Amino acid sequence: MEHENTVFKKRSQAREVWRRFCRNKQAMVGMVMLLVLVLAAIFADVIAPYDPVRQDLIHRLQPPSAAHWFGTDELGRDIFSRILYGSRISLTVGLIAVGISSVVGCSLGAIAGYYGGVLDNVIMRCTDILMAIPSILLNISIVAALGTGLQNVMIAIGISSVPAYCRIMRASLLSLKNQEFVDASRAAGAGDFHIIVHHILPNSLAPLIVQATLKIGGAILSCASMSFIGLGIVPPTPEWGAMLSTGRDFLRDAPHLTAFPGMAIMFAVFAMNLMGDGLRDALDPKLKN
Amino acid sequence: MSEKILDVRNLKKYFPTKKGLLHAVDDISFTIEKGSTMGLVGESGCGKSTVGRLILRLTEATDGEIRFYGEDLRKFDKAKMRHARRKLQIVFQDPYASLDGRKSVFESIVEPLKVQRICQNKREMEEKVYELMETAGLARRLANSYPHELDGGRRQRVGIARALALNPDFLVLDEPVSALDVSIQAQVLNLMEELQEKFGLTYLFISHDLSVVKHISDEIAVMYLGKIMEKASGRELFAHPFHPYTQALLSAVPIPSIDYHVERLVLEGDVPSPIDPPPGCRFAGRCQFCQDKCRREAPELKELETGHYAACHFPGDGSARTV
Repeated sequence: MEHENTVFKKRSQAREVWRRFCRNKQAMVGMVMLLVLVLAAIFADVIAPYDPVRQDLIHRLQPPSAAHWFGTDELGRDIFSRILYGSRISLTVGLIAVGISSVVGCSLGAIAGYYGGVLDNVIMRCTDILMAIPSILLNISIVAALGTGLQNVMIAIGISSVPAYCRIMRASLLSLKNQEFVDASRAAGAGDFHIIVHHILPNSLAPLIVQATLKIGGAILSCASMSFIGLGIVPPTPEWGAMLSTGRDFLRDAPHLTAFPGMAIMFAVFAMNLMGDGLRDALDPKLKN
Repeated sequence: MSEKILDVRNLKKYFPTKKGLLHAVDDISFTIEKGSTMGLVGESGCGKSTVGRLILRLTEATDGEIRFYGEDLRKFDKAKMRHARRKLQIVFQDPYASLDGRKSVFESIVEPLKVQRICQNKREMEEKVYELMETAGLARRLANSYPHELDGGRRQRVGIARALALNPDFLVLDEPVSALDVSIQAQVLNLMEELQEKFGLTYLFISHDLSVVKHISDEIAVMYLGKIMEKASGRELFAHPFHPYTQALLSAVPIPSIDYHVERLVLEGDVPSPIDPPPGCRFAGRCQFCQDKCRREAPELKELETGHYAACHFPGDGSARTV
């Protein structure tokens, strides 16, 4: 065995992950895209050329031009401004709804997988019930119970996608909990919580990140359908999904009404996906280069 | 060398399966003296690894006592067990599976120190980890490496350093070298022996490799289907095996000499299922000397000579028998 007397610096893991993340070009592109979106949301009132709710019925349904970059909608509102303002609500809904479902789903899945037995059965049967109900119906019932409003819509969307996370987490727990490194940790005196947080969660992150980043777009669209039936965002407030669904009526004559909000959603989901993939790779030391 | 560090009494582990109760470990007893090495040999599936896991309470026993320094570990509550774990550690067979692939060498070794909150501050903890790495023969520069970047021997050294982190008195070595190359096996075995001398460790060495066990053990217990068949000091067991199973096992050890011919005792049939085993001797179905009594009642582990125990109704005279 070789010995080295040189003083050796231990590298912190967080810095190591960040370094790997920065090396990943795709991840950096994703991060820049997301940054653009976040900045657009924060500085919407500075950037936006028009008031997003001001109607201008003379210039309704205009195609993109120098005055209106993305054109105007059926009430003459500037679509570019609406998209900028809409990013505030849409990003919040996407991130918070996914946050709720991933935290709740992962916790439940971890409990079910780790403890097994009756607890596992009860939790998994409950998620089966949630999965059996069509999500739009489930959202409506939850909002009906909690009352309308953005906050409750986010909770409803969050709850309806809990089962997916729950199942992913439970599956990786089942395959990980009997691994020898978990036993080694237990032999060192580690408790269940320590084992789940320090060993099982890091090892099951890959599918969870993919699921979470993909679901952000889904959450934005779910919010749109809730708005469509009048349980989400109240009409004049700009929101990407809502813009998409109202623009649908004019798809033939004015496709830009749907094209731009659609592209905005696509942009957000794509950014999240790129970043999520980058994060997944950066967290995996086996892919270190 | 007379203090009993571990005293296992009537330890049993039955796993409920759909077909019936699987008798993984069935009423075994043994003691290990401080500073000595007990070898536990047997073919795969005989329950030897389960014994190791039961002692550490990684698997809860069905019945029996595990006295560690005179106190029954099975009666310990969570907090007490957590404390006892400092003195009781394990090295696993597969050094790849036993290390978390997402944790660097440093993080793997530091974990027990963190969990048991042993060190006062970060510096002390880092120093301790480097000291452990040196003890286990790992270069400092490997601290940031991940398991997949290391070879089998180094990985196992990480496992050993981790097990030593809490200054244990007793180590269960669950086939620590069977996943390694022969040349690396020798290195790791030598390391284990050095460490034993240096820290006065006591080992329970679990293996299916007789020559390895002979090399390292003071006392050897032979297991077959959840029961101890024979137990004696290493030299005694190899020289005078009483139990027909041990005799067959020993005759199967390859001896690297062309002039040496040994009469192999080849066992007929397969290991029977450990699920709801019939009464009588576990080995009865494959034993050449089996008689009616063997099928009716299970033989007790009896002391046939001083320190030499065998569980057989019709033990041999210690020399190889032919039919």
